Amino acid sequence: MAGEKPVAFVAERQIPPSPPPVRTGGALGWARDNLFSGVFNTVATLLSLAFVAYILAMVVPWLFLDSVWNASSLQGCREVDDGACLAVINERFLQFVFGFYPEELRWRPILAFVLLFVAIWPALFSSAPRKLLIFSALYPLLAYWLIWGGSLWGPVGAVVGIAIGWACIRFLPSLVRGRLDEGLAFLAAVGAGILATALWWLFGVIAFEEALDGVVAIGLEPVESARLGGFLLSTIIGVSGIAGSLPIGIVLALGRQSNLILIKAVCVGFIEFIRGVPLITLLFVAWLLLSYFLPPGTEFDLILRVVIMVTAFASAYMAEVIRGGLAGLPTGQYEAADSLGLDYWKSMRLIILPQALKISIPGIVNTFIGLFKDTTLVIIIGLLDPVGLLQPIRADQNWNGIVWELYGFIALFFFIFCFAMSRYSMYLERNLDVGHR
Amino acid sequence: MTAAATERDEERRAMTASGEVAIDIAGMNKWFGEFHVLRDINLTVYRGERIVVCGPSGSGKSTLIRCINALEGHQAGRIVVEGTELSSDIKNIDRIRSEVGMCFQHFNLFPHLSVIENCTLAPIWVRREPKKEAEDRARYFLERVKIGDQALKYPGQLSGGQQQRVAIARSLCMQPRIMLFDEPTSALDPEMIKEVLDVMVDLAESGMTMLVVSHEMGFARQVAHRIIFMDEGQIVEQNEPEAFFNNPQSERTKLFLSQILSH
Repeated sequence: MAGEKPVAFVAERQIPPSPPPVRTGGALGWARDNLFSGVFNTVATLLSLAFVAYILAMVVPWLFLDSVWNASSLQGCREVDDGACLAVINERFLQFVFGFYPEELRWRPILAFVLLFVAIWPALFSSAPRKLLIFSALYPLLAYWLIWGGSLWGPVGAVVGIAIGWACIRFLPSLVRGRLDEGLAFLAAVGAGILATALWWLFGVIAFEEALDGVVAIGLEPVESARLGGFLLSTIIGVSGIAGSLPIGIVLALGRQSNLILIKAVCVGFIEFIRGVPLITLLFVAWLLLSYFLPPGTEFDLILRVVIMVTAFASAYMAEVIRGGLAGLPTGQYEAADSLGLDYWKSMRLIILPQALKISIPGIVNTFIGLFKDTTLVIIIGLLDPVGLLQPIRADQNWNGIVWELYGFIALFFFIFCFAMSRYSMYLERNLDVGHR
Repeated sequence: MTAAATERDEERRAMTASGEVAIDIAGMNKWFGEFHVLRDINLTVYRGERIVVCGPSGSGKSTLIRCINALEGHQAGRIVVEGTELSSDIKNIDRIRSEVGMCFQHFNLFPHLSVIENCTLAPIWVRREPKKEAEDRARYFLERVKIGDQALKYPGQLSGGQQQRVAIARSLCMQPRIMLFDEPTSALDPEMIKEVLDVMVDLAESGMTMLVVSHEMGFARQVAHRIIFMDEGQIVEQNEPEAFFNNPQSERTKLFLSQILSH
């Protein structure tokens, strides 16, 4: 036994918690820990610093110190200084923003742009008053009216169409109650509602518009699509695509999981077809082919066609992103919702989608950003988005030879929007992250 | 035999005699693909009866109770719950589900909702109760499972035992007539098992009809009216607790009991 340590041990006192050891605090301590913690890190830090300094030494004088804001040509710029010739942006700024939108009417897209923030406010921040959502729902038609002009009764007629559809869905089932299975009656009512809305939009709206114009003509001066361009055009296509692709993507993702073979087949077919085709092809279809399929004489705005194609394209991607989120949820969530007696739509809306969408936020925003940048592709079907506007400027004798300033400016515009979306998504993820310590 | 156990047996005989049936399963069979998981199940549960289902893993005991609220469909035989037969009719299924509460092994709380929202969601959306009323009842039941002070927290901030008690409260908020428990303590640390079992004992004493899949033999001995032993998809043996533990009949049951009681 001698020399053997006794195995029995009883703690004699509770060890109180004490603060962690003090590190060398302050900026110096941080720098030593993070930047110069070893030979390799020190070398990497110095090289990176040198690289950053080199880039700044080139960009800062070019962009800020030696840049020229006021001149009427590249020649003029060079006579003043040899930095960036920002005079071209100074001169063409309004064209970059509005395209060829009539000068005296530009307050309308500006107003629409300002109202856009009011409309998306309740969608982005839960602290916003809920009542504003009604405004958000009406905003697309308001913005359409402001930008394209024309009779107010056109957009109002479109709203009436939606109201007709809603009324069909709301009231038709009660008419046939007792004579038809309830689910069947609901499906039939939805079908009738969609049909009624479509018929109204195709045939009723124009008559409605003309009739009311005869009574009281309220309207704005119409502006042709061909005059829209620049960032205005990018924003119209981008925002409509974003606003449309999320709900459609959700419906497609749910449809793809459906037990109903027909719905599933339609959704899978749509997603796989659209994903399998380049966006440029779809844009050409919108530009050239769509008019063959429409009844002759139908005037179908090119920008609207492009918006539809871009939305469809983004929806297919969105559906797959959201499907990933749905698949990422444990089956226990579906079972718990079922076991409480929630029906399919309630369990989707209250339990499954809030969680699935939260998981999918990075992918959703990724798709949004991709979509927004893809709007520049409309240049190939002749729409004058910012990149499209470059060609005439660069062909202008005064500005011939300018490259960096113009592309840099457009890049900056897209960067600001995309970076804002990226930051918002991070804010949202942080905000929704409850209870994970 | 203890006095309590004798009393419980008396209670059970009275329930059987009353003929008030909560769940009636007759000739039920289920397959997963080719695999015959449940074989010719016949089981009648009377109102107020507490049944513990045990058996080795893969014996079909979880599947059995999941069939009762149609989380799993069955292919043959019939299941009648509180007078309504489970069929493919979604309306029937949703009605039965709102009458039958269920607790899962992994709690399955909704992580994006606070504890109180977890509890009020179904009463508000399924039963269409006013929010105030649903919240009052939620607070009552949270109090009863001794977790009233955590109502505004999120599930991720609670321990496993607390989460399972919230899950029980969530089910109770629908005021179910039957409660199903699918291995409610299997995913818990030993220290937390007791707090959940205490709540279940309390629930048992209130007269709730309970079907519990569990390996907690102490709990079974304490509250069950009847113990069912399943193996390979069939009910091998069922008996009153004292008789089941002290005098198991089939070889399979004896082996099972010797394995789980030997430690």
